[in-house]
Amino acid sequence: MSSSSASPSSAESLDITSTSALTIHGPSTVADAGYHMGVVPEVVHDTPAATPVKFYQVGSFAVGNRLLPVSERSVQSDPKRFNSLTSGHRACQGCGEALGARYALDAAMRAADGKLVAVNATGCLEVFSTPYPETSWRVAWLHSLFGNAPAVASGVAAAYKALGRDDIRVVAQGGDGGTVDIGFGCLSGMFERNDDVLYICYDNEAYMNTGVQRSGATPPAARTATTQAVGDDPGNVFGQGKDLPRIAMAHEIPYVATATVADLHDLEAKVTRAMSMRGARYIHVMVPCPLGWGTASCDTIKIARLATQSGLWPVFEGEYGEVVASTPIRRQVPVEDYLKGQKRFAHLFNPVRRDEVIDRLQAQADRNIRRYGLLPEATSPTLPPIAEEANA
Amino acid sequence: MQKPFAITLDVGSSLANQTGSWRTERPVYVDLLPPCNQACPAGENIQQWLFHAEEGSYEAAWRQIVQDNPFPAIMGRVCYHPCQNACNRAEVDEAVGINAVERFLGDEAIRQGWSFEPPAQLTGKRVLVIGAGPSGLSAAYHLRRMGHDVIIRESGPLVGGMMRFGIPSYRLPRDILDAEVRRITDLGVQIELNSTVTDLEAALAEGFDAIFTAVGAHIGKRAYIPAGESAKILDAVSYLRDVETEEDKPMLGRRVVVYGGGNTAIDAARTAKRLGAEEAIIVYRRTRDKMPAHDFEVEEALEEGILLKWLSTIKHVDDGKMVVEKMALDETGFPQPTGEFEELEADSLVLALGQEADLTFLEDVEGIEINDGVVTVDRSMMTGRKGVFAGGDMVPAERTVTVAVGHGKKAARHIDAYLRGTAYQPAAKHPVATFDKLTTWYYADAPHQQRPHLEGARRASTFDEVVSGLDERTAKFEARRCMSCGNCFACDNCFGVCPDNAVKKTGIGKGYEIDYDYCKGCGVCVQECPCGSIEMVPET
Repeated sequence: MSSSSASPSSAESLDITSTSALTIHGPSTVADAGYHMGVVPEVVHDTPAATPVKFYQVGSFAVGNRLLPVSERSVQSDPKRFNSLTSGHRACQGCGEALGARYALDAAMRAADGKLVAVNATGCLEVFSTPYPETSWRVAWLHSLFGNAPAVASGVAAAYKALGRDDIRVVAQGGDGGTVDIGFGCLSGMFERNDDVLYICYDNEAYMNTGVQRSGATPPAARTATTQAVGDDPGNVFGQGKDLPRIAMAHEIPYVATATVADLHDLEAKVTRAMSMRGARYIHVMVPCPLGWGTASCDTIKIARLATQSGLWPVFEGEYGEVVASTPIRRQVPVEDYLKGQKRFAHLFNPVRRDEVIDRLQAQADRNIRRYGLLPEATSPTLPPIAEEANA
Repeated sequence: MQKPFAITLDVGSSLANQTGSWRTERPVYVDLLPPCNQACPAGENIQQWLFHAEEGSYEAAWRQIVQDNPFPAIMGRVCYHPCQNACNRAEVDEAVGINAVERFLGDEAIRQGWSFEPPAQLTGKRVLVIGAGPSGLSAAYHLRRMGHDVIIRESGPLVGGMMRFGIPSYRLPRDILDAEVRRITDLGVQIELNSTVTDLEAALAEGFDAIFTAVGAHIGKRAYIPAGESAKILDAVSYLRDVETEEDKPMLGRRVVVYGGGNTAIDAARTAKRLGAEEAIIVYRRTRDKMPAHDFEVEEALEEGILLKWLSTIKHVDDGKMVVEKMALDETGFPQPTGEFEELEADSLVLALGQEADLTFLEDVEGIEINDGVVTVDRSMMTGRKGVFAGGDMVPAERTVTVAVGHGKKAARHIDAYLRGTAYQPAAKHPVATFDKLTTWYYADAPHQQRPHLEGARRASTFDEVVSGLDERTAKFEARRCMSCGNCFACDNCFGVCPDNAVKKTGIGKGYEIDYDYCKGCGVCVQECPCGSIEMVPET
């Protein structure tokens, strides 16, 4: 940045402190869409972002499908995908966050036609991707502090608004610590002002970067460095913590969604839908952490899948404060199946099995299933239409 | 280069940091043996032809089948599809309807008039095949494609062997059989009908370089049953054969009893019903679950109104009636007489108690060994007489069309090697792609497509084909239910799920490569590979 020779005109227009800059350009279409404008906003979409792939048996839920038309394939299956986060980063083996960030930003890059600025909170994602002087980012990327990513992103969005550039889109991203705890005030402000920013939280349910300390997103009963598996109620307490997707919805912002690294198509569709909208949008992505959760590095996606299939992690979308769609559970499992693979929950099974805790977690899952309608009435299998040929 | 305050290093990409050095295990792509391929008696590469069919490349699929088996349309009707019993998909929902797709491809080939590719070059070697049944035809086909001159001598008046004389036309229409045999004769295989070989040495002396004998097992086994003078008793094999060859179809009367519990017993009873018998009763000494007949055939017979009488043996036969003794299974599951008798009205009795091979023409040949009514062969299907090979029902093996076709292929490969003065070495088999290697989450739920059946009551009076085929839509759907166990089907999962972008796509049809400069060895690609075609191996 230092060696760049900015032209005088661009240097001038970068002066966003000047109030005249804001008034000259006035409210643009960027700001209009999705803003409250004095009327009660209504939900825009009545179908989920991710429409199921037409009935192709081989690998319908896989990343790619050779039988699909190219236009319907996932961003990640494209051999020329952006790789917004490139190789050589220092994330642990099997890092869910590295995967989730590439999934999300590649989809955002496609949606923004490459004109994207990413603002990053402090956290694993920032640390493992940019040990100076190396960077793994292939997008315009900006890092300031742990807690101010939403505010910085708001500023970047304001700057482009001032410049009249509604083609350049802004994404902010951070881990659960930077989002639900440290950056929460800034984020809530960003929501309240309905700034034109898509904020993506990669939630690995603790402060992993600094040694697995509890965050506001750590689930009950989980062992962390600060909620040790000792005493009468080992692990994290019940009844605390923040459900940020619901808190975001309470701000009645245009779009809120949850996702996981276990369902790429769903995550990409949600990022794409969010990018098609304006105003403050929020996507909360579960990204398992092998180190902090005590899972095998190969099980990152599997464990996220079990979280969704147990109902502990509801996958849904909301617009203007209302839930508009949820992803049904395909193969339901008891929460135990999800918990058992993780050392952070090992104290629920050893040395004695703690059924009362497991039952309480199951009750949470059951509530999610009721609340978000994750188990719709099974429909009898019928012969689905065979999809038209790729080249038909 | 001038740098800002306190900055001493150039900015660079993290690509400089080759994280592959972290790795202790590495993922490698493997090809495993799909259970369907493993189970196929004819050694078809089922998964590969399903792959072509999924894409709608039906001719490519058909050509893949006929590399191993010249009879897709026949197989799609009469094969007992051990492939489907082995199919991993059965553990997800239901096995892939491989047999139905094969039939669709076979029928499509007949509709489109696809023919076999002629041999690239002729060797001038001459091979005699004795018997134009599935095994002989299969051997002849493969030998011809390898460039040898092949003559088949068939003692019967028509080709097909048990495919014609054992399997009724409501299961295998004769135009289908004829069409698939014609393709083999079009390839240059000569068939001499009504030509019984009685002297093997004389045949060898005619200048054949090798002989493949596949005469089948066409003699019905008899059991001694006391019978009155006018009692009408015949054996099922002759009966089915006469139905096929005689102008005047054999009439068995109003009530027909068939004795036996195998598929031939079912065929005989169903045929009798079609030829006008008001009642056809199968008498079997054990219980239904002990019947050697396939369950679906028993089901179809029941639908057609065939009656089944379990735990019964026939003690005496007279004109118009027979005496049956009730049996009871002992603790070993063997039937024991109870001393209870009953009378059964019946105009005729058909014995379906198994078949034997007529091997008289081999009895005096030096070196050939016959044990328990079948010819001993070595691993290359060669008998004790050098240059004389054997296969099908006359050698010890399960007696099905598909096994016979497999024998023909195997023998052809060994005969070819024998003629070239070498030994055929089959390639080493890959490890089997067992269900535990799969991640079936990625396969969409897909109901098995059923082939339409003629209703029992309607079909029981005609020889119309009972089971119809799938149409293109359902056949393609069914093909796409294949999970491609153990072999990459280009689903991009490894390419997508790598947190380190260390999997590279190398182009359509070329698969993927791991970039070991960056692969940290986390194993996510292995865990998430739907079909189990990536494995972790320790770094050395």
